[in-house]
Amino acid sequence: MSSDEVARPLSRAAERGPASRFLRKYALQLGIVAVAIVVWVLFLIGSPRTFLAGDIYVAFMSTTPFFALIAIPLTLVVITGEIDLSFPSVMAFGMTGYDVVFVATGSVWLGFFACLAAGLLAGLLNGYIVVRIGVPSLVTTIGTQFLLRGAVMIVTNGQGLGMTEVQSSALHGALVGRAFGFVPAQFFWTVAVGLIVWFFLNRHRYGAHVYLTGDNVESARLMGVNVGRTKIITFAVVGLVAGFAGFVVSAEVLFFWPTLGEGYMLNALASVFLGGTSVFGGTGTIFGTFVASFIIGAINAGIVAAGLTGFWTSFIYGLIIVGSVSIQTVLSRRLT
Amino acid sequence: MGNLLEMRNISKTFGEVVALHDVDFHVGPNEIVGLLGDNGAGKSTLVKIITGYHTPDHGGEIYWQGRKLDHLSVARAHGLGIEVVYQERALADKQSLWRNIFMGRELTRGLGILDVRGMREETRKLMHSAMGFTSSAITPESTVKTFSGGERQGVAITRALYFEAELVILDEPTMGLSLSETKKALDFVEGIRKAGKAAIFIDHNIFHVYPVVDRIVVFDRGTVAGQFMRNELTLQELTDRLYLVARTGHLTA
Repeated sequence: MSSDEVARPLSRAAERGPASRFLRKYALQLGIVAVAIVVWVLFLIGSPRTFLAGDIYVAFMSTTPFFALIAIPLTLVVITGEIDLSFPSVMAFGMTGYDVVFVATGSVWLGFFACLAAGLLAGLLNGYIVVRIGVPSLVTTIGTQFLLRGAVMIVTNGQGLGMTEVQSSALHGALVGRAFGFVPAQFFWTVAVGLIVWFFLNRHRYGAHVYLTGDNVESARLMGVNVGRTKIITFAVVGLVAGFAGFVVSAEVLFFWPTLGEGYMLNALASVFLGGTSVFGGTGTIFGTFVASFIIGAINAGIVAAGLTGFWTSFIYGLIIVGSVSIQTVLSRRLT
Repeated sequence: MGNLLEMRNISKTFGEVVALHDVDFHVGPNEIVGLLGDNGAGKSTLVKIITGYHTPDHGGEIYWQGRKLDHLSVARAHGLGIEVVYQERALADKQSLWRNIFMGRELTRGLGILDVRGMREETRKLMHSAMGFTSSAITPESTVKTFSGGERQGVAITRALYFEAELVILDEPTMGLSLSETKKALDFVEGIRKAGKAAIFIDHNIFHVYPVVDRIVVFDRGTVAGQFMRNELTLQELTDRLYLVARTGHLTA
């Protein structure tokens, strides 16, 4: 209590003045932009030939969306104080919906909507188990991760599906085409998903409840926030977008692998935590996640460009997750 | 004149724990009722039933201005004008002041789209008119975790007032407050009386409760041990009776 009294005038003083107030308010966003610039300069110095050419940036815009798309709604889940580890399997589960419907009807569009529906269903399943049954989300989504992957394998019999038919559909151009001949369409979809989720998080009652739920679930309940519904919607959105991302990845490579999604777990989680979203819930920004996901994408390319083997990627992403979460924890203790 | 709030046969069990057993309780119009009782006597459970947070066990009846309420939810209670200042303040520490003021009742422009500017403006007005925040360091954007105990209490009380309460429930409002902050909280109760509204005042400290209430209801182990008008008893007699309740569970020997 007494240390509180001493600390408060100091933190109040730091709030004075519009400039320092701006710095405080946008500290997370400014921090992540600074990190992005530092990483970029390091790579420019390390391998100038790669990073001064345009190709590498086209590659970023092409592959980063595969996990950035999911990292954006995953940020909402983490802000509510929950976690979702099932999304890699949900990507494949959605595409299994496509597989079944496409084989039955021959329609790419019907298959696409089946993919979204299957993803949404998987997200709702997570939400119901967490909220209505009351199983912690960590355990729930580890369970559904295996459950859904198993379902994918059973239904597809472990066999992939060629998707050349998608190429002749308008969906291909719209989702993974190249605008102006070089900008991958999935980059625009990532920006669009980012803007939509940003809007709902910051300018809609739903988003206000996401923050309140994650900050103090008991206060939120006492003040009439429907905490359960907020969480279920959040899990459902991750499922829906994971299905969408699964389709985008498959449309890009024109093949659906039943192992789809494996390898995106670390990238997406690292993007959320590096982006400044608190693992304790209640704080986080879509902007942070968006920028961080491109840092993660750049690091992936940088590791290869620097001549390190792919074995390093797992190590480095793990380091980023542990490091960013630790730094956040220490900072939040210091600043309050 | 009918009662503002009337509750009959209210029981509440949590698993095997009986928090309330067959409680009858009422609040008259413009009446300040003090709830006294030990920890676990059932005061907070009763409050959470009034606010729609807990549902009473089957058979309990709640009347508001003479009309029976069937499914009382937190939103319904807010709609009726029942406001609570919770013991734990019910704030979200990492969120801005304006988000705390409008927690669960955000102003929207329809379709759930937030009226952020409106909420910031209202908060700024309330800071000067009701909360008495004069420091320029606090803005509607400040996060409440940096606030002192008294300031947090100010936020919780202002929030209750803003939504035009008919019945204000104060759950241990003086807990953890300094002497001058406590006086502010007690003045606030007096202000409720003058405004013609009703209040339920819960506190451990009878020296805080006694001067401001009209009627005192004593809870013991989930039941109403007794009640009396304040002017029937002196503070000393009240203290003696509370000791008696603690020992025997009855108000009179």
